[in-house]
Amino acid sequence: MTPAREAKGKTLIAAHHDGQSALIPFLQYCQEEDGYVTPTALDDAATLTGLTRGEVESIASFYSLLFQRPIGKHVIQVCRTLACMLGGADELRAHARARLGVTDGGTTSDGVFTYEEVECLAACDKAPCLQHNLRYHYNVTPAEFDRLLEQWKNERPEAAMPAE
Amino acid sequence: MTPFEPVLTKGLGELDLADIDVYESRGGFGALRKALRDLTPDAVVSEVSASNLRGRGGAGFPTGKKWSFLPKDGRPRYLVCNCDEAEPGTFKDRMLLEKTPLQIIEGLLISAYAIQAKEIIMYIRGEFLEGYRVFKNALDAVRSRGYVGQKIAGSDFSIDILLHRGAGAYICGEETALLNSVEGKRGEPRLKPPFPANAGLYGMPTVVNNVETVALVPYIMTRGAKWFASIGPEKSPGPKIVSVSGHVQRPGNYEIPLGISMRELIDEYAGGLRPGRRVKAIQPGGGSSAAIFEEDLDTGYDYESLAAKRTMLGSGAVVVMDDTACLVRSSMTLVRFFEKESCGQCTPCREGGQWVHRLVARLEAGEGTDADLRVLNTINTTITGTNLCPLGDSIMPFLSSVLTRFPDEFAAHVKLARCPLSAGSSESAA
Repeated sequence: MTPAREAKGKTLIAAHHDGQSALIPFLQYCQEEDGYVTPTALDDAATLTGLTRGEVESIASFYSLLFQRPIGKHVIQVCRTLACMLGGADELRAHARARLGVTDGGTTSDGVFTYEEVECLAACDKAPCLQHNLRYHYNVTPAEFDRLLEQWKNERPEAAMPAE
Repeated sequence: MTPFEPVLTKGLGELDLADIDVYESRGGFGALRKALRDLTPDAVVSEVSASNLRGRGGAGFPTGKKWSFLPKDGRPRYLVCNCDEAEPGTFKDRMLLEKTPLQIIEGLLISAYAIQAKEIIMYIRGEFLEGYRVFKNALDAVRSRGYVGQKIAGSDFSIDILLHRGAGAYICGEETALLNSVEGKRGEPRLKPPFPANAGLYGMPTVVNNVETVALVPYIMTRGAKWFASIGPEKSPGPKIVSVSGHVQRPGNYEIPLGISMRELIDEYAGGLRPGRRVKAIQPGGGSSAAIFEEDLDTGYDYESLAAKRTMLGSGAVVVMDDTACLVRSSMTLVRFFEKESCGQCTPCREGGQWVHRLVARLEAGEGTDADLRVLNTINTTITGTNLCPLGDSIMPFLSSVLTRFPDEFAAHVKLARCPLSAGSSESAA
């Protein structure tokens, strides 16, 4: 484990009730740094918390915002639940898949964009909605999606999944 | 419109309510100072009990009663705030978090004083990055004014608020799953009893309250339980933020007095339907609730009236479907939600969700059979009531209610081998 990571882990443990309570914040921090939850991060988390590697992996796998595979610098998450569906999410999903050339959960061949279809994002009054690196975009028509995509291509995002 | 003065959303859109100077200039933290100076913790609990405030997260349990269940055995107590809002159709807590974090913080501090908590944990849904940042800034400002930390506002009461970001899981909105998540475990619901009041966070007495619930507490302190209890029906009083979405002209969050009719809510607040459209189905209380229909529009929007219609107020999320909506597709969308979000502990939920989803997806794609319809009509009782937590029980209510009310629409999908509402073949993106 790098000294910086160990120091961060110890700070998080001190701020929480115990080692395990700091596990998810620690994995979120590692994900922001490394781009996803790497095998090394899982090892480091086990070392810090005293949990087994298997326990850490099992816990990490439970949460949809912890990625145990490389993801793009841009993560696009399109809501598909009822209010968004009534507002045109099915058409948006079909468009986004075709535009990016991926299916649900896929990453573009250049590794830049990861695309996911997710459940209710709590923005049902502005359907259909999506999140790009956890930032909301509302009332997204297929044309608006294309515009956003061009904008994102020219952006250097701070982190796909910011920890703080 | 029924006369009513909103409290939680007053000034929203006009003022920066997340600014501590703005908040204090409008009387903010007056309720906290009053509670700490003039009231014993038990008196705060009594006042909240007398107000008849019912939890705004979904279950509608009386808040004062929940607080009074804590055993008086000297063990440390925790107050956990549930801001893991993810019930389909609900977007009120995210609005409160992003726009009015200070009334949440004040409500948390008064609630923690009432139950004499050792620590407050604020659990914020992982997707709510912006809300987390707004809340964190607000909390820093509150701390700098001495309302959080040691000897708050010159009293003997000391407490801090720990922020915990979720990491993506609807089920963590269930209170015991949420506690497991705070403890760094998989967010799987626990078997109850023991209830959190006895064995909650780290095995200690714990209260889990929803964001909107705690945000109401300061107003009960300053205006009194009688004011609160005088709004709306006797058993379901108070202001309530309702999230209205779907086929209405003005979707949004509306703070209403409980008890107004569904018709008033949809027509007066949410701007009614598009011209020439009629109500086909309404989900009145989130993705878990059974539908009501055009003939139910005069039903009061309150806990009892909706229970009498065999549905619920739940989290206060109203999704309106007009006569252009396919109820088979709507059902599939919701069943898929519960399938995806099942934690997998209980077999009826884990397996049932998958099978029902496949079956309804088949119908929606025009590939269903009469046998599928027969199975669908018998499946309810084999899932509902057989799970640890309410998620499994939420798979069937909407589907059953629309299947009962519109059996011909389901049958037509089999007979025509496509959706009868669309001219061409149905596009199934499942």
